[in-house]
Amino acid sequence: MITRETTQHIANLARINLSEEEQTKLTRNLEDILTYISKLERLDITAIEPTSHVLPLKNVFREDVVAASLPQQDALSTAITQQDGAFTVPQVVE
Amino acid sequence: MTAIEQEKFETVIGLEVHLQFHTKSKIFCACANQFGQAPNTNTCPVCLGLPGTLPVLNKTALEYAIKVGLALHCEINTFIKFDRKNYYYPDLPKGYQISQYDYPIGRNGYIDVLSEQGAKRIRIHRAHLEEDAGKLIHDSNNKLSLVDYNRTGTPLMEIVSEPDMRAPQEAYDYLNTLKLILQYLRVSDCDMEKGSLRCDANISLRPAGETKLGVKSEIKNLNSFRAVKAALEYEVTRHQRLLLAGKPVVQETRLWDEQEQVTHAMRSKEEAHDYRYFPEPDLVPFTASKNVVEDIRQSLPEAPQDKLARLKKQYELADYDANILVQDPDLSDFFEECAKGFKSYKKICNWINGPVLQEMNQKKTSLADLNLSAKNFIELIEKVEEGTVSQLVGKDIFKKMLDTGRAASEIIESEGLAQVSDHKALERFVDQVIANNAKAAQEIKDGKMQALGFLIGQTMKLTQGKANPKMLGDLIKRRLLDG
Amino acid sequence: MPYNELTAHDLSELLQKGDVTPEAVYQDLRQQILKHDNSVHAYVRVNDALSFKKDTADKNTLAIPIAVKHNICVKGEETACCSNILKGFKPPYDATVIQKLKNRGIPVLGHTNMDEFAFGSSTENSCYGPTRNPWNLDCVPGGSSGGSAAAVAAQEAIWAIGSDTGGSIRQPASFCGVVGVKPTYGRVSRYGLIAFASSLDQIGPITKDVRDAALLLNLIAGHDPRDSTSADIPVPDYPALLDKDLHGLKVGIPHEYFVEGLDPEVETAVKEAIEALKTLGVQTVDISLPHTEYCVATYYIIATAEASSNLARYDGVRHGLRCRPSQTRKNSITDMFEETRARGFGEECKRRVMLGTFSLSSGYYDAFYLRGQKVRTLIKQDFDRAFKEVDAIVMPTSPTTAFKIGEKANDPLSMYLSDIYTISANLSGIPAVSMPCGFSKSGMPIGLQICAKPFDEATMLRMAYHYEQKAGWYKHKPGLEEKR
Ligand SMILES: [Mg+2]
Ligand SMILES: [Zn+2]
Repeated sequence: MITRETTQHIANLARINLSEEEQTKLTRNLEDILTYISKLERLDITAIEPTSHVLPLKNVFREDVVAASLPQQDALSTAITQQDGAFTVPQVVE
Repeated sequence: MTAIEQEKFETVIGLEVHLQFHTKSKIFCACANQFGQAPNTNTCPVCLGLPGTLPVLNKTALEYAIKVGLALHCEINTFIKFDRKNYYYPDLPKGYQISQYDYPIGRNGYIDVLSEQGAKRIRIHRAHLEEDAGKLIHDSNNKLSLVDYNRTGTPLMEIVSEPDMRAPQEAYDYLNTLKLILQYLRVSDCDMEKGSLRCDANISLRPAGETKLGVKSEIKNLNSFRAVKAALEYEVTRHQRLLLAGKPVVQETRLWDEQEQVTHAMRSKEEAHDYRYFPEPDLVPFTASKNVVEDIRQSLPEAPQDKLARLKKQYELADYDANILVQDPDLSDFFEECAKGFKSYKKICNWINGPVLQEMNQKKTSLADLNLSAKNFIELIEKVEEGTVSQLVGKDIFKKMLDTGRAASEIIESEGLAQVSDHKALERFVDQVIANNAKAAQEIKDGKMQALGFLIGQTMKLTQGKANPKMLGDLIKRRLLDG
Repeated sequence: MPYNELTAHDLSELLQKGDVTPEAVYQDLRQQILKHDNSVHAYVRVNDALSFKKDTADKNTLAIPIAVKHNICVKGEETACCSNILKGFKPPYDATVIQKLKNRGIPVLGHTNMDEFAFGSSTENSCYGPTRNPWNLDCVPGGSSGGSAAAVAAQEAIWAIGSDTGGSIRQPASFCGVVGVKPTYGRVSRYGLIAFASSLDQIGPITKDVRDAALLLNLIAGHDPRDSTSADIPVPDYPALLDKDLHGLKVGIPHEYFVEGLDPEVETAVKEAIEALKTLGVQTVDISLPHTEYCVATYYIIATAEASSNLARYDGVRHGLRCRPSQTRKNSITDMFEETRARGFGEECKRRVMLGTFSLSSGYYDAFYLRGQKVRTLIKQDFDRAFKEVDAIVMPTSPTTAFKIGEKANDPLSMYLSDIYTISANLSGIPAVSMPCGFSKSGMPIGLQICAKPFDEATMLRMAYHYEQKAGWYKHKPGLEEKR
């Protein structure tokens, strides 16, 4: 079911560089796990609603009220690199 | 390219509009929803997407979204949920945008677009609520991009039209109509310059008579409605050339270059998008019950096109006047407020569409920022109409009212601007002018009435504009002809 | 007896009488940690000096330091989920549970070891190295909250909190012979818990006995307006409800949990526990949870899909690790994302992010993610049906006792299957507790699991308490050798 190409495609989507060995190993792992998971195909689920939340909660809101934001230095406290009050990254080409 | 060649193709345009709501706080956190702050001063752990944080929906944002959906004649979903749209970009702190996939707020709507060719119905495919991303500023010198997350989490409504437009002009008209409808809802500034209204365009061409869509380009970086039109016109020509030369159109995203007035393909490699939408587990579903939707529908303000018709009928306004008023909901509301206290509607209209609009355009402000009360405004119009001050002085007083916030009557009194209507006083001025301008006086005596205007002008000068010009005319004539 | 060997409720009484100071408790804990954590390695950080509030309303009777899993945010302290990609991340805010504890004068003793992002059942997948089981240092403590469970078992903590997505509190509690509670989904705020799988994660207590678990759950439970999935349901006074006897309670025994693969020693111990419950007045009923065999598959679809999205924020832009490819021509922002995540994520983490990305990706969504959500409905319905008949369900926590370090490292699927009995409570949202119910011949603890109806932690804990008091396993402590 899983080819090296699939693995590489998924790695691209997930933004993970894979080494050759990782590619080989993950292809095998995914194949094993998906084979195991395929046992779900035995179940007839045509009339079953999917469950996204186990709690029957609905309509949880907050009122439109403002509270203080973080001071700039706190917002940037985790920054790897920064300049002029902003996080910086290698230049993004559009 | 000949006209016949052009007619071989039909242009198909669909627009995607993003509208920022001006709620007090952001969509999923309590940061102020503000524009123009220093970078990263308007953020908190939630909108920075810090590990461990969770979103909670702003109730007002959902209400606004339902409002927009209703105003666009959409079917409102009674079951509303949010989904994650997964993609990587430095301005997207969580690596996904909380958006809506299969249960948007509204779908299958329409708006009627008025243009010179008459009305055309453009269908709305869907309208959904989502969060805005941050902003990148590029520093090419240092090969860096600066990331500012202040905008992250601004409530955003995405309005997707069907591909119903057949010419760039139609797209332009659609945008203007849509913007007006949205402005009336008072959920957003609708200001393209500030980015509170943004637009991307999809365009394709197909042989006339063909029903299948051609290969499309998606155009981004459109900063005004005019740019939308210009970019679409550019694309029409580009597609035509390719098709006529038998070359393929590539499906791609193109950026509009305002300077050069051209589009070019994005430089970054574009992979096939796979956003891996799935239900947002951190938010529970929402229900818009019939009652809630009905309440919001009842609270909808009058639509601009309805208002136009009503203004014309109720106040007997000319098309032209009513049209100007309707272009700005504040202006037309202000008109109606004034109309309650002053029954000469045409006069109010002239004052609004004249001095008030001039002032707004000059200062580039909204009516609200002018700080003009209807009460003060109609008092001024009354003073002019009853002849206390001339039209000219009235306009000066108007400016002073705006500068000082004082009432017209106060300004007239404190600056002694009332027209002199006292006969005895005016006679003295008139006599002086006649004495100083014997030649003109003689001409009038001889029946050459052209000189009357000159003498009135001279007297006005002497009174520093405070004389009532009609009274002056009568007085001069009486002095010279009866005496 | 050194104070670190006492329970929180015992210490609370002493604090009340003024027979002990919070500082003295802290000193004994520190001594024990210095003595044994070199070999156990339960902690990734122990806070040097704790500031005890002098005069809280409850006279500091709860000022007992707590150990916290490395995925629960403590303001200003590195909270990195034991991942290289988050190393050095110091959140500028406290998780809601931490805020609640601090408000009651309970300081954070330190952060405990875990599988990276809670991906694992052995605490071997930590960027800080593995934790060892205090009962046998060659064995794993279970996971992913292995550090918290080992700290409590080794008397290096009086009490601790962990998180449970598929058994990550209960399975290590079982392996380490302590009490671990996964509350009902929505009972405890997730705000500040660094997410693994948002629809499954819950924070819960890991303690030496049931009374402490009840006490701690009382402190951390309750509605939080910052968490949309937190339930606005009143929290009962759990400790006060422990004493009422068990007469009239009905317990279900699901036969699907006593099948091949279950270690006979575990089966015997659990069956003996069920007999003990009967003598306490509980009536047992055989029940069926027919979709049990699909739990692991369903879980690995849903949990990894959510995780793949939850972990997208580790991109090297705002915090933690940033890596650039060594080749100079690869300098785009995408190259930075890919290299950062390649070097920052461990092997199991990559495997799960890949699996989750796969089941959400175009062309596979319906066959995997959507199908998983539908089977989740069936699994939940099994429990709904069962709880119409019974007040609680009893089963083993884990099919085996603690396994050897490295034993399952190269077999991800068999590692996944060690959560086979705990996953269903997360998928259905119900509360569950694991507590000791005996020891294997080789001296390793065996865990008993009791599940209850949603938001009925009170009945679950009451049953656990009466069994605990009758069986007395809580008195057994591991004989830790000092490491030279
Ligand atoms: Mg959008
Ligand atoms: Zn915020």
